Parts: sequence; structure tokens; C-alpha cells
Amino acid sequence: MTMHSSIKGKLIAVIGDEDTCVGFLLGGIGEINKNRQPNFMVVDKNTSVSEIEETFKKFIRRDDIDIILISQNIAEMIRHVIDSHTNPVPAVLEIPSKDHPYDPTKDSILRRARGMFNPEEFR
Amino acid sequence: MSGKDRIPIFPSRGAQTLMKGRLKGAQTGHSLLKKKADALQMRFRLILGKIIETKTLMGEVMKEASFSLAEAKFASGDFNQQILQNVNRAQIKVRTKKDNVAGVSLPVFESYQEGGDSYELTGLARGGQQLAKLKKNYQKAISVLVDLASLQTSFVTLDEAIKITNRRVNAIEHVIIPRIERTLAYIVSELDELEREEFYRLKKIQDKKKVIRAKAEKIAAEKKRLGKLEELAASNNIFDEHHDEDLLF
Repeated sequence: MTMHSSIKGKLIAVIGDEDTCVGFLLGGIGEINKNRQPNFMVVDKNTSVSEIEETFKKFIRRDDIDIILISQNIAEMIRHVIDSHTNPVPAVLEIPSKDHPYDPTKDSILRRARGMFNPEEFR
Repeated sequence: MSGKDRIPIFPSRGAQTLMKGRLKGAQTGHSLLKKKADALQMRFRLILGKIIETKTLMGEVMKEASFSLAEAKFASGDFNQQILQNVNRAQIKVRTKKDNVAGVSLPVFESYQEGGDSYELTGLARGGQQLAKLKKNYQKAISVLVDLASLQTSFVTLDEAIKITNRRVNAIEHVIIPRIERTLAYIVSELDELEREEFYRLKKIQDKKKVIRAKAEKIAAEKKRLGKLEELAASNNIFDEHHDEDLLF
């Protein structure tokens, strides 16, 4: 499998609000596979938490996705799912969304690192 | 843990040499693992520093990118749906390489371009320049994020590896080495005991032999006396038939 993955390029998935998704799609990461499954998810105020969870889990299960970008405010909603994902691949990255400033103290990864260095280094 | 926990082995010289070898091996392994843990820890700190740096950079890049999105929207109207519906193939993909640190392989992501831009014609009517800028900004953001993803993955992998290594170091230091030492102490005490037993046994045998010899001498003396009496009684010819007993020294 490692041979396979090193040859074939992997995708970057996005879960975020409409503008974030549009931005990254313009950057050129969007793909719809043969089963018409997109590698991005637009979350608006009508999207339920369970839907987001479902999509996130689906992205984790897909073996053609190596990196999952997720807006931090959405990550907050499904924090327990993100915290339970401990494998290094796919990497889950929390990105600042347009209308929520980035808060490093909420980041799953940086929270794990807390205690190893002082929080002053964040600023 | 009080002297009870030791390797079940028969206390003998052979076992002692075996245990000594094992102890040496465990000590070597311990120092090697400790070195490995130190190397991993060093790398870990380095990555941590880089993550913080990249996270700050990401914040700035993302801010710029979102701002240019707003600019592009202002210039060419709302194109969100158009973009969302026109997705087909990914233009930027990632491939993984492996980086090796002290026997721990860390995945490193690398983004690369593949195929053409599927949004070439977006913003053709107006706002093309803003859109080009927007694309460039987001591509920059993606490359920063891919870097961050490799760092983060390395971070998680290293974290795990460090935990495992430390656990091993501690196990060797606090369980395996003491156990071997206890076994060695047991073997030594047991061997000493055997030696004492052997010594005692030899002493005992010597004592017994002494007693037997004394008895034999006594009997011989008695015999001699009797013999002499006999000799005196019938001292015709000493060459007759009487034999001296052979003397054994």
C-alpha cells in the first residue's frame, strides 16, 4: 500500500463554509470521483452536526485523501470525533475560517503539545 | 517485587555466565534506546517550533487569501455556485515521501500540480485579475497547509514513537535490569551455599576417615601385641610360617 500511495497522488479534502471551500477549489484541490463523491463539504447554518460527522468519518475512511482541512469553528462542533482520530494519516488540519479568528489553544494537536512548552510561544 | 521476581533458571555457573551476558546486553540496549529517545526528542522539539511558526504563517496567509476572495467577489460578482458546480479533477495533489529519524519513518507530504486549471474561464467577463490573484493566494495557502500537514503528521508519529521508546527505556531500567540482577544475586548465593556444603562434606569425610584410621591402627596394635605374645609362646623359628602384614603407607 505504501508503494501504491507513493506513486499515486493523494487528495486534500476540505470541510468549511462556502467561501473557504470556494477559495480552495479555485486553488485547485477539488475533485469529484467516479462515484460522484466530492472531496469537499460546504457547511452552512442549516447543516446538522451529524452530517458533518458523517462526512468527516467518510473522508477519514477514504484512502485517496491524505490531508483534511477543516475550519476551526466546524472542528469545534465535532471535536470528539477529531480527538478520537489519532492516526497520523490522514492529517487533520484546522484552519481559520473567514469570520472566526484562529485560536491555537483549541487545536487538537497543539493541545496535545501543551505542557511541553509555555503558551507564550504562541504569540 | 522483593527478591521473588526473578528469571526461573537453575543456579549454575553456566546460568551465571548467561545472566551476566544478558545483563550486559540489557545495559547496552538501555543506553542505545536512551540515545534514540534523545534523538527523537530533539527532532520533536524542532518540529514543534516549526509548527508554531507555520501556524502563525498560515494565519496570515489565510487572512490574505480570504481578503482576496472578497476582492474578487466585489470585482466579478458572486461566483460561488459556479465554482462549486464545476469541480471535476484535482489540480493540486499530494504525494508522500518517507523521512527517517532514528529508525522512525516520518511521512512527508509534497504537493504537486497535475493537469490544467479547470477554472480558466472563470472571471473572463470581469474581475479576471482579481481572480488570478485569488487563485495564487489560495495556492500559496495550500502549499503552506501541506507543509503544516507534514509537520503535524511528523509530530503525531514522533509523539507516539517517543512514548514507546520511553516506555521501553523505563521497562529495561526498572524491570528487566533489576530482575537480571536479582537472578544473578540468587545464583551467586546459591553457588556459595553449594560451595559451603561441599566444604562441609569434605571436612566430614576427613573426620570419618580419621576415625576409621584410628580404629584400624588400634586393631593393628592389638594384633601386634597378640602376635608378639604368640611369638613369645612359640618362638622356635621366626622364618617358619609367620608373615608380617604388608605395610601400607
